[in-house]
Amino acid sequence: MNSSILRTMARLLASLLLLASLYLLWRGHNAPGGGFSGGIMAAAAFVLMAVAFEPMAGWRATRISPLVLIPLGLGVALGSGLIGIVTGGEFLAGRWVTVDVGEGVKVGTPLLFDIGVYLVVIGVALAVIIPLMGEEE
Amino acid sequence: MTVLPVLPVVVPLATAIAGLLLLSRPRWQAPVAFAGATGLLASAVGLLARTWREGIQVVEVGGWPAPFGIVLVSDMLSAVMVTVAAAVGLAATVYSFRVVDAGRIGAGYYALIHVLLLGVCGAFLSGDIFNLYVWFEVMLMASFVLLVIGGERPQFEAGLKYVALNLLGSVAFLSGVGLLYGAAGTLNMADLAVRVGQADGDARYFTVAAMLFLVAFGLKAAVFPLYFWLPASYHTAPAPVAALFAGLLTKVGVYSLLRVFTLIFTQDAGYTQELLLWISAATMVSGVLGAAAHQDMKRILSFHIISQIGYMTMGLALATPLALGGALFYMVHNIVAKTNLFFIAGVVRRLRGSYELKDLGGLGRAHPWLAAAFFVSAFSLAGVPPLSGFFAKFIMVRAAIETREYGAAAVMLGVGLLTLFSMVKIWTEVFLKPSPGGAVSEGAVGAAAWVPVVAFALLAIGMGVGAEWWWRPMELAGQQLFDRTGYLEAVLGGGSR
Repeated sequence: MNSSILRTMARLLASLLLLASLYLLWRGHNAPGGGFSGGIMAAAAFVLMAVAFEPMAGWRATRISPLVLIPLGLGVALGSGLIGIVTGGEFLAGRWVTVDVGEGVKVGTPLLFDIGVYLVVIGVALAVIIPLMGEEE
Repeated sequence: MTVLPVLPVVVPLATAIAGLLLLSRPRWQAPVAFAGATGLLASAVGLLARTWREGIQVVEVGGWPAPFGIVLVSDMLSAVMVTVAAAVGLAATVYSFRVVDAGRIGAGYYALIHVLLLGVCGAFLSGDIFNLYVWFEVMLMASFVLLVIGGERPQFEAGLKYVALNLLGSVAFLSGVGLLYGAAGTLNMADLAVRVGQADGDARYFTVAAMLFLVAFGLKAAVFPLYFWLPASYHTAPAPVAALFAGLLTKVGVYSLLRVFTLIFTQDAGYTQELLLWISAATMVSGVLGAAAHQDMKRILSFHIISQIGYMTMGLALATPLALGGALFYMVHNIVAKTNLFFIAGVVRRLRGSYELKDLGGLGRAHPWLAAAFFVSAFSLAGVPPLSGFFAKFIMVRAAIETREYGAAAVMLGVGLLTLFSMVKIWTEVFLKPSPGGAVSEGAVGAAAWVPVVAFALLAIGMGVGAEWWWRPMELAGQQLFDRTGYLEAVLGGGSR
């Protein structure tokens, strides 16, 4: 698509979408959001860039194939489950550490699991959508 | 803390991840898959031994107690099925070494096999009805991709039929789960069993949900009249994939039927058992007649999958401890024999380039070992003593006579005879009659393909000769299914740690 309005806005919107997706990922453990919706939103950012410029426009800078994100994300999610076993609990048991920034933030394995989901969702969405857009031309 | 019931899920997932990460290194694919499959079999055998010695194993995932969290439960039925699935997975992996082309390997063939095993093992172990649905979807995704990679036109056609019909089953499954959750307010299977048992006024409502599950699992298991997708899609898959599907996928449907109709839906047992009895008989008869009408080796075998499923659901319909244990025995025997028949069909295809009976012949003289392996597997399937199928059928017929279902016993014996006819047809056409083209040039079959063929043929003999030894775990499984209190106590009584 060749539209200068779309191209100008796409850059702006895509970065906003990426930020919003990270916010969704972060708040997902206790509030609506999480890895899946965050991942979908991040994928939308890359798809928007793909529509405005060319299929790999937004993604190329990462220098990896979206396909790599799938095993990477699965691995992170599985790892978050194994931490539960290694620390003497059940598979997928939640474990937290407090990071000392001002009031102290609790970071735990559920967030790690969500990051895994986030990566898988981006990987799958892009691995499906980008080749389809390439075929059109 | 118990780790064992989690391993059959963790090991294939880790293997699939490793396989996908190494996707650009085709050389590593087969060794990683082999190591993973071996690890899966080892953990499954460990789980089986533990379940046999110490009773039903329960893991509350994430430490959330049942009925609120998701539980993985391993009773004898689950443990036996996981072990058999792991054995089939390992055999299919070894068989694939020389058979699968570079294109498929590059598309993640071995990783997908492990995703499929992940779905199958997860389904066998899950103690949560929605979690079971999720495992079904994992299985469906992996199997669909395995069907279509390699990209030939008939494969896509078959894949489309397969996925469309299975999605229909998923809709029925999900609707059933929704109805159950709406009425009982829980998804934990043991908790559901308690609540459905208490709700005497709503019995009919639960029967509606039960029928949705019957349709959903019936589609997976390919029972009458929901089996038409199976012969239409299985015959295009490459041999190891077809063997894996034939061995495992329909059995997950049968397993789920066994699980929900012995654990949850016991409120209207007379009605469901009568229905299952007729469905089973119709499945057996229509499957075996369909096989008689075909002349393509793989299609004949596909129709026999259907006919054999009827025997297993018959065990559920008769619903005595003997019949339920017999259904499991039948399932294990059938997985061994059927998977091997598909392996052998694949070898025949590689040797002679065809599945058509009229193009084949003379293989008995040229490859006596292949003929022997086929003989054992095929006649085991037909129920010839002293092979595994004889005892499987013997137990089922005896269970039918004990419950005075003489009609069912007669159908089982009659279908056994027709199965024998079908197997003799393949035997004479492929192995006995002289080759129609005179001298033939033969394709190469690597040694790796022979190992699982011989191993499974020996298993079929071993299960027949040592039937008493094999029957003991199945007998215990039958008792556990018949009397569900053990399962309920293990899950809801705080778990056995």
